[in-house]
Amino acid sequence: MKNDHHRKERDATLFHAISAYQRTTIANELACIFSRYFYSVNGSYKILISPSKMIEASVIASPILGILYYLLHAIVCLAHIWSYLIYQIQCLIISSGLLPKYQNLKLDRLQHLAVVIDSEEAKNKSKVHQLLLWLSDVGVKYVILYDIEGVMKKSNKAFQKSTATQSDTKCLDFDLNVPSIFDVFGMTVEVISYTDGKEAVAKAANYLFSKFSTNQEGTLDGLEPKFTEPDISSALKAVGHDGPEPDLLLVYGPARCHLGFPAWRMRYTEIVHMGRLSSMKFSAIVKVFYDFSKKHQNYGK
Amino acid sequence: MGPIPAHIAFIMDGNRRYAKTHASHQDSTDPGSGHRVGFKSLISNLQYCYEMGVKYVTVYAFSIDNFRRDPHEVQALMDLMKAKIDELLTEGSLLKKFDARINFWGNLELLAEPVRLAAKKAMEVTVHNKGPVLSVCVAYTSTDEIRHAIEASVREKRENVQIDVSDLERNMYTAGCVEPDIIIRTSGETRLSNFLLWQSDFTHLQMPNPLWPEFSLRHLVWAVLEYQKVHGYLKKWKGETEKNK
Repeated sequence: MKNDHHRKERDATLFHAISAYQRTTIANELACIFSRYFYSVNGSYKILISPSKMIEASVIASPILGILYYLLHAIVCLAHIWSYLIYQIQCLIISSGLLPKYQNLKLDRLQHLAVVIDSEEAKNKSKVHQLLLWLSDVGVKYVILYDIEGVMKKSNKAFQKSTATQSDTKCLDFDLNVPSIFDVFGMTVEVISYTDGKEAVAKAANYLFSKFSTNQEGTLDGLEPKFTEPDISSALKAVGHDGPEPDLLLVYGPARCHLGFPAWRMRYTEIVHMGRLSSMKFSAIVKVFYDFSKKHQNYGK
Repeated sequence: MGPIPAHIAFIMDGNRRYAKTHASHQDSTDPGSGHRVGFKSLISNLQYCYEMGVKYVTVYAFSIDNFRRDPHEVQALMDLMKAKIDELLTEGSLLKKFDARINFWGNLELLAEPVRLAAKKAMEVTVHNKGPVLSVCVAYTSTDEIRHAIEASVREKRENVQIDVSDLERNMYTAGCVEPDIIIRTSGETRLSNFLLWQSDFTHLQMPNPLWPEFSLRHLVWAVLEYQKVHGYLKKWKGETEKNK
């Protein structure tokens, strides 16, 4: 049943791609014949079999389309492999020190850096430790570490014990619903998770309500609450969830997705996908910082 | 491998750069020329999306930050928007062909009256259409949307009941719409520029290099294939957070 559904989904992808190509390729006739036999998974675009084109192809066409579908995905895989090879060569060149432009990075535009790590990979504490060390080597001053489940928050105490010297350590209380901040390797590190995003905004909304109702004399009827964005920023600060907006956000995981990083802080953040944490490279970080230093933003203008 | 995405969002970036590199002599002083080409690209990409079975398409047409642009360009954009909204409601247009519904998300009070009225009229006329949905973000930023949702939640709050995330989401412009599966920003820029920040927790962010007027069917098919590769991973985390709510 599941395989059948999967096959239908697969056929639907290809059918739609092919029927859309009807206008742009010279294989119109072939596409028309194939397209008559397939229907989308939700059934709303059921295409009836054209009597004039009735062929036994319905049995043959489905496996052929299945092959085409996997072929398309194989092409995507090959393209990824190619990009990966180019990327590895670039990283090799950078780490060899042959290019002087990568030696002296100008980080004045990078005041705050965010790193989103897949929670499963974040359990690898030595990798996270290594990453922080590299970031400190490059000259980053403020890092926001995010993982959706709060794995890094939970192991924060272990970080402090294993990474900081006595003079560096700033011990904090361990509430999992607020950001956790400490200093290490000469950087300030803020550790946050999913609860510091949307739920923090809900807390800020409740705070604003209580401020609004205490400001009014008498009843609230007929009084319209009017808040500005700075009001909301202040409210977030009051509930313990303010924090700087990162200029750059690195994503370590299988997909380029921010996985719930606090929305309020991501307005103009450049987002870069670094691949998996397990295959992280120092030269990749250098490359990203170099590219970032060359970026120019209009901020909408 | 995964299905066709239900919701694709586009940040239509690169119109001005395209106009600079491809402009004829007459076009070079016209601030709206790139955007007109951009609109043509929007219509063709919409058509491809709807034929593929994508039910929701959202586009970032005009940000609140864009009001800071040169007034001639802003005026040209507003005029273009009004003309195109009217065109989309005529017979033979794409919306009619697919029985599509149109939404305008944003702080519409910031728009000039002719555009605002045209937008409201378009929403009223198509509200009962059963087909796919086009949502146009105009005078929109994500932080303004959150601000608006907080105001609305505070307005309707009752004593002793705390505002929670579902109250805020109910008051967002995007309420009732599924979260985007893919956000595509053309021209290779890697930021979201205050677009759907709240709704993009598990969205695949794609930043292809072609400028918006160059974005065509093969780029779209590639985008869907890329999404299908990571669909399982994103669905897993979406499910985990739903469970923990």
